[in-house]
Amino acid sequence: MGRITLDKVKKAFGEVEVIPPLDLTIEDGEFVVFVGPSGCGKSTLLRLIAGLEDVSGGQIRIDGQDATHAPPSKRGLAMVFQSYALYPHMSVRKNIAFPMKMAGVPQEEQNRKIDAAAKALNLTDYLERRPGQLSGGQRQRVAIGRAIVREPAAFLFDEPLSNLDAALRVGMRLEISELHERLKTTMIYVTHDQVEAMTMADKIVVLRAGVIEQVGSPLELYRTPRNLFVAGFIGSPKMNLIQGQEAKKYSAGTIGIRPEHCLLSTDSGTWEGTVVVSEHLGSDTFLYVDLKDHGTVTVRGNGEVSLHHGDRVFITPDMEKLHRFDDKGLRMP
Amino acid sequence: MATQASRSAARLMISPTVILLFLWMAIPLGTTIYYSLQRYQLLYPDRSGFVGLRNYTRFVLSPGFGGAVANTLILVLGVLIVTVVLGILIALLIDRPIWGQGPVRILVISPFFIMPPVSALIWKNMFFNPSNGLFAEAAKYVGMAPYDFLGQAPLASIIFIVSWEWLPFATLILLTALQSLDGEQLEAAEMDGAPPLSRFWYIMLPHMSRAITVVVLIQTIFLLGVFGEILVTTNGGPGTASTTLPFLIYKEALLDFDAGTAAAGGVVAVILANIVAIFLMKAIGKNLD
Repeated sequence: MGRITLDKVKKAFGEVEVIPPLDLTIEDGEFVVFVGPSGCGKSTLLRLIAGLEDVSGGQIRIDGQDATHAPPSKRGLAMVFQSYALYPHMSVRKNIAFPMKMAGVPQEEQNRKIDAAAKALNLTDYLERRPGQLSGGQRQRVAIGRAIVREPAAFLFDEPLSNLDAALRVGMRLEISELHERLKTTMIYVTHDQVEAMTMADKIVVLRAGVIEQVGSPLELYRTPRNLFVAGFIGSPKMNLIQGQEAKKYSAGTIGIRPEHCLLSTDSGTWEGTVVVSEHLGSDTFLYVDLKDHGTVTVRGNGEVSLHHGDRVFITPDMEKLHRFDDKGLRMP
Repeated sequence: MATQASRSAARLMISPTVILLFLWMAIPLGTTIYYSLQRYQLLYPDRSGFVGLRNYTRFVLSPGFGGAVANTLILVLGVLIVTVVLGILIALLIDRPIWGQGPVRILVISPFFIMPPVSALIWKNMFFNPSNGLFAEAAKYVGMAPYDFLGQAPLASIIFIVSWEWLPFATLILLTALQSLDGEQLEAAEMDGAPPLSRFWYIMLPHMSRAITVVVLIQTIFLLGVFGEILVTTNGGPGTASTTLPFLIYKEALLDFDAGTAAAGGVVAVILANIVAIFLMKAIGKNLD
């Protein structure tokens, strides 16, 4: 079981309140991603749940039990750190065994669990090596192995993939998702990368300056962002936001249209502009188009589009997918 | 720097330094070995000549030799244990964020700046002195008889003084080791359910092992030659209770005026130091890899 409830949890460092009182419920077995720009308090929130930081107010409940002031080891949570935090002088086997050794698990059971974890994580051949002799991805797996053997109520991941190169990151992303499918354990995952959030999460929590901006499934956030911040943060490339006269036409403060919801044309359309840069990815083409009155917008075309710098182009937004926000930046129905 | 010509040029250009350094070591060692094989008494300069290994047998078989070797090893070992153990504890203490951390760290390190004979004299006259030392005053204040530290426990007192001098060095090296420990490792251990003592034993201590090795090796080099502290406090006594190998050599050369035997003693000390070094490298050298 791993149902975690945060009830008016807040955190202040001296005078500075980094997390104003915040409520959040994480259901058992859910994969929850905390996402937000750097400094938004997502790591702090994770450390509060882990017990590595003291809360300044409110209550943390794990499976209904008050864990607000319980030490980290008593909360039944396992954490995977950004730097992996492996013990460099211990072999992989001893690293994975460490939490069990601390808990006084009998040797035979330790070995059984280590072997099972090593097999699941493809580490069997590396058990006798030291972390320094492993690649980044392998170290990552050792850190996960160390977390698995504790059979925690929930896993906490603190930007676990940010030290890996792009190709490995995609691979590890899949492995962590698979692990979640297999274990069905609650996982809380912190990242600043919205692609990781979109691909892995059951539920995304978007944070800004310690405040939850929106909670929802990836597609909910993508389709109905609650405000301008979420609209700009979720989706890649970013949603185009247009203010001023054009927005007034839709009786909104700001209108938003995603690059993939624009139709390109060379002879007619709603907005006219010139291509500034075109990025050809093969499967897609991203055009950065300078609209005379509304600034630069990004448009996604298919891979066959062959427009270049200086070309004239017309853009027609898909009215169904147009987002309208009021003057305060909140979503309008 | 890869071509044949540049490599031989480099070799040629550093050779004067290497040769000078080699001579610097070889000539004193050579003359010491030479004199150790000669009869060379400063009071009777006319009675000279080759005596073979007689100086060595006289030095090694002299009544004070065994005791001096034992005292040397006890001194080195004692100071090592005290400085490493206390050094770790103090390093743990001043690694914590405390008010006035900067001044405290400088104060902790300051004894290292005081030259050995001066600190030995301060300890001897200000603290250990049985009639007007501070320890004697303190003992009298609580109604105990003053203890004559240098008379009753000369070697322990010298270990105490030398430890006081070397503790800052050990603390400094161990503190920097401690500061280089990744905080996330400690947090991971905390999450893994390790109580503070286990965190120290399984995470901090292994992390510091290399620094501890460095402290032990460097201190051993210097502690084998401790001399000034003994000269100004106990003068090797009472009797030979605090006579170490360097002090015994000094006695041979400058109190008994027997330069030949003293030279033989010097060679013996070099051999002993090498034995200690081999032993140490075998025991803890693997930590330096």
